[in-house]
Amino acid sequence: MIAIVDYEMGNLFSIYNALDHIGASPQIITQPSELQKADGIVVPGVGSFGMCMERLGPFERNLREALEKGVPILGICIGMQVLFERSEESPEAHGFGWLEGEVIRLPADVMIPQMGWNDISINSKVEILDGISEGDRFYFVHSYHCVPADNSLVVATTNHGVDIVAVISRDNLCATQFHPEKSGPKGLMILENFVRSTRC
Amino acid sequence: MLAKRIIPCLDCDLGVPNGRVVKGIEFKQIRYAGNPSELASRYYLEGADEIVFLDITASHERRDTMVNVIEKTSRSVFVPLTVGGGISSMKDARSAFKAGADKITLNTAAIRRPELITEIASRYGNQAVVVAIDAKRRLGREEGRIVIDSPEGECWYECSIYGGREFTGIDAIAWASEAERLGAGEILLTSMNRDGTYDGFDIPLTGAVSSNLNIPVIASGGCANAQHMLEVFQETKASAALAASIFHFEEWTIEGCKRYLAERGIPVRL
Repeated sequence: MIAIVDYEMGNLFSIYNALDHIGASPQIITQPSELQKADGIVVPGVGSFGMCMERLGPFERNLREALEKGVPILGICIGMQVLFERSEESPEAHGFGWLEGEVIRLPADVMIPQMGWNDISINSKVEILDGISEGDRFYFVHSYHCVPADNSLVVATTNHGVDIVAVISRDNLCATQFHPEKSGPKGLMILENFVRSTRC
Repeated sequence: MLAKRIIPCLDCDLGVPNGRVVKGIEFKQIRYAGNPSELASRYYLEGADEIVFLDITASHERRDTMVNVIEKTSRSVFVPLTVGGGISSMKDARSAFKAGADKITLNTAAIRRPELITEIASRYGNQAVVVAIDAKRRLGREEGRIVIDSPEGECWYECSIYGGREFTGIDAIAWASEAERLGAGEILLTSMNRDGTYDGFDIPLTGAVSSNLNIPVIASGGCANAQHMLEVFQETKASAALAASIFHFEEWTIEGCKRYLAERGIPVRL
């Protein structure tokens, strides 16, 4: 079972439908304790950083336990940003801080939010990128982007005024700034790669 | 670099079970084009970057049909879905988002009550609110209007509401900037003079609006072929081109349009 963390911020059908479409068994989870039986966990991205952390708070301990047990976790969009320590979007809020670094606003001279299909550059060929090629395009919608302290976890980037972290991967944790569930066949491929990692 | 988007638009008559896609000419005569969710799936497989559904029946009793169409479509279509036509309140917006829409478009309701843009944007994000503008060219110079040059001489553009049935006196170019200020994430700009004519996009209008704004502008109305798309991307700052009939009646495929554009140096998702 792939758990989709529902923190009541809106539409989770897209991610549910995408996982269902590729033959995974998604389940929308509203109770933190239900995460214990998940083979994989998706932290979707909706809303602002601060709002997201407020709603995710009750799930934090169970998510951390799953991470330490080696359960594959996929963060999407804001679900990637909350893995870091803090964000300029909500300076008062604390992120999970599983990864060192922060989230900052896109540069002022580009279109904000970045909205649309951007191409990625691949730094390192990891499982989550199986079948994905340099230059493939994914659907991004965001105004802030992640700046990790440790660049080795950045496996793909895109460019929107500046280089932007598109995909990170470290052990059983991976995350995308773009929305794989809205990125057509290539996005579904990313989700398939994630689901495959939950079956090992 | 962001790709220019190609967006098929499905004008839906929801007065029949499952709805049907229709296409008008200059906002009037109607031709039928098929079932909304089936067409959406076909366009997804052909490489549509996004799909727009517009409810042209726009009566509240039929809202359930739209919810069904979105729900059904979102099971097999994995690109952003935009829904509009008759959305006039937070409640309407919520039901569209709940059914699986990623963005909603506001037209008449935003003109009548501009704060609605801000209200929906602050709940669902700016990117989720598209303000649709139906603009009609008015020749001549008029006090207080943004006047631009067109092949027929100086003109300004007037906003229409209720699907082209009523004119507002509001300057469309100025309204687009106001919509951005109020929190719109995108403008869907339809030229009423070009809609359904196959004469190509309204370049002066699209150019004026897109160079005024920082948010993306979707050019709409008049597209007959990939050359028209090339023209709008080369001559204006439009981020996306929307077309209906050429896809519905299989005159061009989305993939065919994209290949044509890619060969001429326009960044697209292939």
